[in-house]
Amino acid sequence: MTKQQANWSPYDNNGGTCVAIAGADYCVIAADTRMSTGYNILTRDYSKIIQLADKSVMASSGFQADVRALQKVLAARHLIYQHQHNKQMSCPAMAQLLSNTLYYKRFFPYYAFNVLGGLDNEGKGCVFTYDAVGSYERVGYSSQGSGATLITPFLDNQLKSPSPLLLPAKDAVTPLSESEAIDLVKTCFASATERDIYTGDKLEMVILNASGIRREYMELRKD
Amino acid sequence: MVAGGAAIPSGVCDGSGEAGVCDDRPEIEDPRDFGMCEQASSELSLHQKKIFKVDDHIGVAIAGLTADGRVLSRYMRNECINHSYTYESSLPVGRLVVQLADKSQVCTQRSWKRPYGVGLLVGGLDESGPHLYYNCPSGNYFEYQAFAIGSRSQAAKTYLERKFEGFMDAQEDLIKDALFALRETLQGEKLTSSICTMAVVGVGEPFHILDEEAVQALIDEFQIEEPPTDEATASDESSGAESGPADQGTAADQGATPMDI
Repeated sequence: MTKQQANWSPYDNNGGTCVAIAGADYCVIAADTRMSTGYNILTRDYSKIIQLADKSVMASSGFQADVRALQKVLAARHLIYQHQHNKQMSCPAMAQLLSNTLYYKRFFPYYAFNVLGGLDNEGKGCVFTYDAVGSYERVGYSSQGSGATLITPFLDNQLKSPSPLLLPAKDAVTPLSESEAIDLVKTCFASATERDIYTGDKLEMVILNASGIRREYMELRKD
Repeated sequence: MVAGGAAIPSGVCDGSGEAGVCDDRPEIEDPRDFGMCEQASSELSLHQKKIFKVDDHIGVAIAGLTADGRVLSRYMRNECINHSYTYESSLPVGRLVVQLADKSQVCTQRSWKRPYGVGLLVGGLDESGPHLYYNCPSGNYFEYQAFAIGSRSQAAKTYLERKFEGFMDAQEDLIKDALFALRETLQGEKLTSSICTMAVVGVGEPFHILDEEAVQALIDEFQIEEPPTDEATASDESSGAESGPADQGTAADQGATPMDI
């Protein structure tokens, strides 16, 4: 008598890839806009990026229903914070909140793979990368989602992140200018789109800097 | 403190007051103003915060035990957040005041509780337009076109009663009316932005408190620092700039309680 297996899963993977790169005074957060299930495309125009606060932007791939629920929880918590403290949450504070929110559901996790990008209290770019249960780390760049395995080695090669074990401690930001970083992100996605079937359609980029926030789009291959 | 329906703790009638004005006519702007006059308890202290943002579309001004007011504001904020989370839309003002009223009523019917010692002017905007409500500690609530509460509110109420039918739709005019009503309560004192707070909510304009310089600029513009010698007809005729007597923002009545209409 073989053990009964569940024939229904509470999770689904809607695919997609997210990338974030931190600069000296800017941060680029990018994700493709394809939402899929299995071998089918649900839509070519779904945004995985949300602005949680003035200086915090989150991109999430994985199960988009869980991503949406997570975004709502964070937005509500941010509103409470604003009422209590009379100011917006800083990016490092939001990073900790996201980690705690994810771990809160340690035994029925949000199937969401997140990158949080923004400007820290000194105005420098910061990127935080997460697993599904809230383990996080501040890094200079990160990639999550179905195309991450294709993009991360390329970013490692280009951005040469210093090891956190080295002394003296080095800044976790890239030496690139804002436009160079944007071009790099476009290259990453164009390449990932070639080989990852779940990545494509359109690239959405959010760029945060001292003058504010802006969005850019780029078409990607639709096959 | 007296038990039962119409009891208001004496703390409600302290030295400050508020008035809210609203224009209900369908117009592009649909603004609603709150003005509030706060007297600091001593020269050394800062003014206590008595106007709170509850949500982008709702704000509240309190008169009475400000500690109770803060607790109720926190409750209202929470209700708005929960409604937005569940229904992805703003909580209609009328629903919020009913929930608040029911919460207040409970405290009047349990022997081990005491009523919330604060009257609230809740102003907000929803699909059916702008609204101004007054919530009492008893759990009663009323909707108004214009109202004033606090220990010196009667003077402002008198002004508002005379003027409300002629309220213009433009936000600036409503602010002017609110400031005039506020000034009525000062009984000769000079109205400056250091003792006065003004907040506005309107279509396409989230609830926000105007900053001190902006309020002072408005006061100067309407030239309503000096109270008029003749309050009755002369002030009614003039369209505001020179001899506008009443400041609508604050109302401070001697001995009037929030239950008095």
